[in-house]
Amino acid sequence: MKVSEQWLREWVDPAVSGAELAAQLTMAGLEVDRIEPAAPAFDRVVVGRVMDLVPHPQADRLRVATVDVGGAEPLQIVCGAPNVAIGLCTPTALIGAVLPGGLAIKKSKLRGVESRGMLCSAKELGLAETSEGLLPLPPDSRPGQNLRELLALDDVVIEVELTPNRGDCLGMEGVAREVAVLNRCEFRPLPVDAVKPVVDATFPVTLLDPADCPRYVGRVIRDVDPTAETPLWMKERLRRAGLRGLGPLVDVTNYVMLELGQPMHAFDLGRLSDGIEVRRARPGDRLELLNGVVVEPDGETLLIADHAGPLALAGIMGGEISSCTDVTRDVFLESAFFTPTRIAGRARRHGLQTDASHRFERGVDPQLQRRAAERATRLLLDIAGGQPGPIVEAVAPEFLPAESAIRLRPERVRLLLGLDIPAAEIEDTLRRLGMAVAIEVNHWWIVPPSNRFDIRLEVDLIEEIARVHGYDRLPGNRSLTRLEMPPQPEGQVALARFKEALVQRGFQEAITYSFVDPAFQAALDPARQPLALANPISADLAVMRASLWPGLLKALIHNQKRQQPRVRLFEHGLTFVPADDGLRQEPYLGGVLAGAALPEQWGLPKRAADFFDLKGDVEALLALTGEPEAFDFVAATHPALHPGQCARIERAGVPVGWLGALHPRVARELDVEGDAFVFELALASLQPARVPVFHELSRFPASRRDIAMVVDEATPVQAVQDCIRRHGGELLRDVLLFDVYWGPGISEGRKSLALGLILQDLSRNLTDNVVEETVSGIIAGLAEQFGATLRV
Amino acid sequence: MDALSELLQTAQAAIAEAGDLVALDQARVRYLGKKGAFTERLKTLGRLPPEERRQAGQAINEAKQALETALTARKAELEATALDARLAGEAIDVTLPGRGQRLGGHHPVSRTLARIEALFTQIGFTVVEGPEVEDDFHNFEALNIPAHHPARAMHDTFYFDAHTLLRTHTSPVQIRVMEQREPPVRIIAPGRVYRCDSDVTHSPMFHQVEGLLVDEAVSFADLKGVLDDFLRQFFERDLAVRFRPSYFPFTEPSAEVDIQCVICGGGGCRVCKHSGWLEILGCGMVHPAVFEQIGIDAERYTGYAFGMGVERLTMLRYGVNDLRLFFDNDLRFLRQFQ
Repeated sequence: MKVSEQWLREWVDPAVSGAELAAQLTMAGLEVDRIEPAAPAFDRVVVGRVMDLVPHPQADRLRVATVDVGGAEPLQIVCGAPNVAIGLCTPTALIGAVLPGGLAIKKSKLRGVESRGMLCSAKELGLAETSEGLLPLPPDSRPGQNLRELLALDDVVIEVELTPNRGDCLGMEGVAREVAVLNRCEFRPLPVDAVKPVVDATFPVTLLDPADCPRYVGRVIRDVDPTAETPLWMKERLRRAGLRGLGPLVDVTNYVMLELGQPMHAFDLGRLSDGIEVRRARPGDRLELLNGVVVEPDGETLLIADHAGPLALAGIMGGEISSCTDVTRDVFLESAFFTPTRIAGRARRHGLQTDASHRFERGVDPQLQRRAAERATRLLLDIAGGQPGPIVEAVAPEFLPAESAIRLRPERVRLLLGLDIPAAEIEDTLRRLGMAVAIEVNHWWIVPPSNRFDIRLEVDLIEEIARVHGYDRLPGNRSLTRLEMPPQPEGQVALARFKEALVQRGFQEAITYSFVDPAFQAALDPARQPLALANPISADLAVMRASLWPGLLKALIHNQKRQQPRVRLFEHGLTFVPADDGLRQEPYLGGVLAGAALPEQWGLPKRAADFFDLKGDVEALLALTGEPEAFDFVAATHPALHPGQCARIERAGVPVGWLGALHPRVARELDVEGDAFVFELALASLQPARVPVFHELSRFPASRRDIAMVVDEATPVQAVQDCIRRHGGELLRDVLLFDVYWGPGISEGRKSLALGLILQDLSRNLTDNVVEETVSGIIAGLAEQFGATLRV
Repeated sequence: MDALSELLQTAQAAIAEAGDLVALDQARVRYLGKKGAFTERLKTLGRLPPEERRQAGQAINEAKQALETALTARKAELEATALDARLAGEAIDVTLPGRGQRLGGHHPVSRTLARIEALFTQIGFTVVEGPEVEDDFHNFEALNIPAHHPARAMHDTFYFDAHTLLRTHTSPVQIRVMEQREPPVRIIAPGRVYRCDSDVTHSPMFHQVEGLLVDEAVSFADLKGVLDDFLRQFFERDLAVRFRPSYFPFTEPSAEVDIQCVICGGGGCRVCKHSGWLEILGCGMVHPAVFEQIGIDAERYTGYAFGMGVERLTMLRYGVNDLRLFFDNDLRFLRQFQ
């Protein structure tokens, strides 16, 4: 809502500056977005009247005008505008004027003819975006009068960004009331008198869906002049509110909308047949709107129709077929109240957002229609003449918003605001807001005005009281609360610890979009149908991620393309997996690794990262559970991963995630450079932790025996270690794998594992005999299970 | 001078001249060894008359002792020199970088979230989370935003079907918590939210932190107090904070909170659009209609709720000037927040 300060002050004139006024509005919840002058700076522009006009001797398209600017002598001015004419009054920039954009007016010669000024268009003065020819001023304007004075241009436009609850401020009168309340000063509502009908012409109105439109006020005005000129003051106010002039019939309805907040419509009566019906759209209804768009409204849409068909989308936009034109003679004025919930959402559905729908969906005062119709009639008669008929009002009172009293208790005001506001202030505030206040023993009964759709409950009144009192004058407390200790479950590893572990190991946290490129998702998991958005922001962000990998790989590629070949990224967040029992939204922790294993440095040889680098990182995460031994890495296959470098991670046999090298085919498809390794773990399965339980330390020395066992190359080391532990019994404290060897000395298809066995007893020194016995048992077990032989 | 003194002198000279431990040891053998000069001399004692023997023996022993003292001293001296020489050879360039992995880092948005969580948990709020694919009821209806409510137009919602959507704010977590717990409730709910809008200042995904406190006799003054504290602690500055009336369907009274611009200090700059103020969060007292939906007695309990944009706080805190940087995950950007 753009508010001209000048106009506003006709209703309410507090002793504060425009800037203070704007600050008051902002602090009262009517946020001021910007304050702009009504016209850019310029001076020495006056009214000029063209007295004489002759062709330019040297140029066909120029003419030489003699212009009266109120001085002793008229000025000779060369002009190229097509609409220059004898008798025309138009803004004239005098020598020395500087126009918006910096054009300085000097005495000059145009194709050899002296010119002592410039006749101006609205655009040249910064009053319009475009203009065709000179700005015509009223013919009775006084030559020499300063244009700024004539058009009252020394004004500012305060643009207020209204919240959806304040439909009452979508008219000047509402804003003015607000200003009067804030300053506790006089508010002068617009006096509107009834216009006496001079003809008895009426046009019937039937409310077929009275719940949607409980009040419809109409009036016939005969013999208007549609070509009459809208007065300058009205044009200026429309302009400052951001509306274009569209001829007097439309301008008047727009003006009343700005003034009182009532959207109106003027039909060309000659194009209507039989009578108005306000009804829901029916199958087959078609309507060409004023903007040229043809709509086929559904049964949820309310229409203004005549017996021949739809005329307008009620409360949204009029139709082409019944609109006023330059040849309209008789007008039918509409001023209606539409139920907000019926209009809400309809305009957007048709891709429209109009000044009317904006107001109707927020709520127009249901008591305003007749007053607005009278006001519009008066203005129309003054501007375009005509003979008004009587007002016709169709009303279904039972569907009008009911007036109801709200109980307001002082103790609730105190409780909710934490402040005692004097009763006198409360009553004064509410009365100034237009509410009826009835005083009872321990409370008040308050009836809000009919334009305040947002006031229904006691809290709504309390907000009004707080707002007018000023939020900044309300106290701030440090609350006194119960000290309640929330649980700190030690059996759950906090996400922060996993994240911290990754950060310590050189990973950088990423945050990627939860919606991903369907092509990425499909490349990584072709069998899975991801959850698709109905209205994605773009085709490459169209499905919800079923894994963290698409986002992480996209981030990897982004960095690879920016000369960052060494990448270690992780992310945590939900994945979205459609399942038979509904959508699974589960938190995952995932990572990607590519490039060198270590940052480039002098002290270690350069080496490309591989599966085991990332596995080390994953193992560090698993270790945070306090029971890393509960996890297994099982060779498996995954469509996104290298078939020979892929492990399913299980906890006590239940799958919890994946680790592996990105499949080279997938890497190529996604444009990933070189090898990349990824992991992903379900947080819910990862977080349960073992709370540590102390074990007695042995006071006796440990013995170490190193053995080298030769097994088949395909034998998993995990199985070998499990076997050793089984046969090692209680004495075996630890098994260290310190070398894996293939090659000369070992037969084809076999590998040698070098293992350190650490043995220790809690209660005694180990004798060589006992150690040998245990080691032999282990070797025998390995021989039996894997055909392992001792390498000598 | 007698022969013994002469011998001692010679021996001492030999020890002093020994340039290394080997030479020193040779000297020791020569004078004190089994066949050394002093040992030989002791052997001659038997040939002396008994009355001279004692005196001569004492003299020899004293000389021998003096020699041993000199020997020990010289040995320590030589060892110290040798150690110095070895250490000198072992000197390294301590300015060479250390070996191994480099530290990674948390995402700046995570960093801000962690800060917000720390500030609120230390005064007794607990952190809860909710689903991101939400239903219409929790995201809108229960928050007093019925279908076609004009407030919905401000949300630009991503839909899956007529009833399923991506949450447009973290406020549905309020509802989910109150559905499960009796008051008192004191929670914050951080997380991702989504709006179908993308340009220089809007990202289709961003983060919010929701706060909710419900108890008996909670007032707007409590809300002002907690947010005032939070904003000053978050920015670690004694900032001016102002509360302005605003509108959210699920709070009444509602407020928008502005802080004095942290970029220009309130003087006016591009970031604050020359107003000196930055809009930083929305808040208000829980609307009775919300309590009613869940079956909480709005006469007995009152509460406050607030919601803040994490990216905005992050940008202001660290001076990040482009929202899109947060989701590009460019390492050159991320590493700045180690």
